[in-house]
Amino acid sequence: MKVLVTVKRVPDPETTIRVKSDGSGIETDNIKYVINPFDEIALEEALRIKEKLGSGEVVLVSIGDSVVTEQLRTGLAMGADRAILVGCDQDLDSLAVARVLAKIVEEESPQLVLMGKQAIDDDASQAGQMLAALLGWPQATFASEVVLSDDQQAVKVTREVDGGLETIGFALPGLITSDLRLNEPRYASLPGIMKARKKEIKQIAAADLGVDMRPRLTINSLEPPTQKEAGKKVETVAELIGLLHDEAKVI
Amino acid sequence: MENILVFAETQKGSVPKSSLIAIQAGQDAASKLGGDVLVAVLGSDTAAAAQEAAGYGAAKVLAVNDAALENYLADAYAATLEQLVQANDVTLVVATATAVGKDLLPRVAARLGVGMASDVVSFHDDGTLQRPMYAGNTLATVTLADAVKVVSVRSTAFDAAQPGEQSAVEQVRVSLDADATKMQFVEFHETKSDRPNLTEASIVVSGGRGLKSGENFTAYLEPLVNELNAAMGASRAAVDAGFVPNDLQVGQTGKVVAPELYIAVGISGAIQHLAGMKDSKVIVALNKDPDAPIFNVADYGLVADLFKVVPELTEAVKKAKE
Repeated sequence: MKVLVTVKRVPDPETTIRVKSDGSGIETDNIKYVINPFDEIALEEALRIKEKLGSGEVVLVSIGDSVVTEQLRTGLAMGADRAILVGCDQDLDSLAVARVLAKIVEEESPQLVLMGKQAIDDDASQAGQMLAALLGWPQATFASEVVLSDDQQAVKVTREVDGGLETIGFALPGLITSDLRLNEPRYASLPGIMKARKKEIKQIAAADLGVDMRPRLTINSLEPPTQKEAGKKVETVAELIGLLHDEAKVI
Repeated sequence: MENILVFAETQKGSVPKSSLIAIQAGQDAASKLGGDVLVAVLGSDTAAAAQEAAGYGAAKVLAVNDAALENYLADAYAATLEQLVQANDVTLVVATATAVGKDLLPRVAARLGVGMASDVVSFHDDGTLQRPMYAGNTLATVTLADAVKVVSVRSTAFDAAQPGEQSAVEQVRVSLDADATKMQFVEFHETKSDRPNLTEASIVVSGGRGLKSGENFTAYLEPLVNELNAAMGASRAAVDAGFVPNDLQVGQTGKVVAPELYIAVGISGAIQHLAGMKDSKVIVALNKDPDAPIFNVADYGLVADLFKVVPELTEAVKKAKE
């Protein structure tokens, strides 16, 4: 089974994000970049599917300029077979990303596309659902368990929804986005890192795909959120209860 | 005339509070941008829910009944909404960013070939929207370029709609082909709880890695939660450590809450957690580390060993109630 996994380069979640003083973007100096954590979970799931079946191919795809190669190499070191880098200098919104990915899916014809449920930079949580819609494919977002049928033609996915867990099923091809509890991604091993150096990263120019990438969502400006004033430190539970009762009036 | 289409969910035949928030957000947008609010209710038997949705002053409720809509499924629901948008001169589609809203709206937007803004916290008169990015570390002002705009709204940023004039309920038929019905519903396991819903509770008590184990959630946190008639939440660190299930997670990648009172127990206050609770009205932090970032957003902070003070607090709440 061929599984396509998307990878986005994002600031490390532990990084403190600061808005530039002119509001045009975020300060990028000294930011460490990583694979979007949910994409790592998606990749881990793809690798487990391949390992369980004993055959198949895991293909990574990312969009961006050449620095994204770094994240693709990391994914290859984790165990993906090969990677595609869609070269693009401009920032794409979710619809443009989905349109570019739809082209790659048409060329690669994977049975399954695995993506992260959201990227932790723009926090949109749109690209997966949009890609599924453009392809006319079924989708299972926020997956916590993926069970492939014995004949590999269908899948049952348990999803983390409000108030519980929902299971849905569909025939492949289909698209799944990963939630936190789906699995715990592996670290790249040293042999994995060595092997990754020889794996293929195919370069394609986004402009050559003939896709409408004009932004539909434009970010005009960014501002830091309003800062809350520092609160009071209390010494005892009695003091706390007193304040919650008399001052905050919430108990 | 331009219309605003609000998607209302149904839960056991009734309209959840999260969807009343969507109706309010739609009315908010209408007051700033013009247009009438239409509320879409989808299902296999929507009579009761449509009637309920009609009690909030919308111009019209569009009720769509179809066997394929019995359970929420992204493909059939998205195809239905697309048809409603096209048949009703809709220029703005609104739903709350619940699990359903997040799953559904991007699919609707892509079917329409238009862009979407997620987790919007305010509509402006000039047509721009505000939404958080980077785990709430920035607030972005954005513009959607298309004639039809698709927007999910953050539930904590809008109030629930208040009962208003009765709206007419119009029965609408849609045609759902095989392409729109590829997904099948299998089952739903509801998390059984006698406690209030995490996103709707007026008090939330959350535990973090400081609790050290799932057993301690039961032994220390639960009595306090019960005494306050609160909902229980958790930090991602506690979920990652396997102490509690992920549906309790409060944060950027979990639930966003804004209760009257939020009590953070043994939570350091990672950026990603703060993104999910910092709009709470009153925040209390209990942590033994005086430098924990949670104290920067807390109204009241108590630096102490939680295993000592949580039982004390539970006892004090019990006394205060008597």
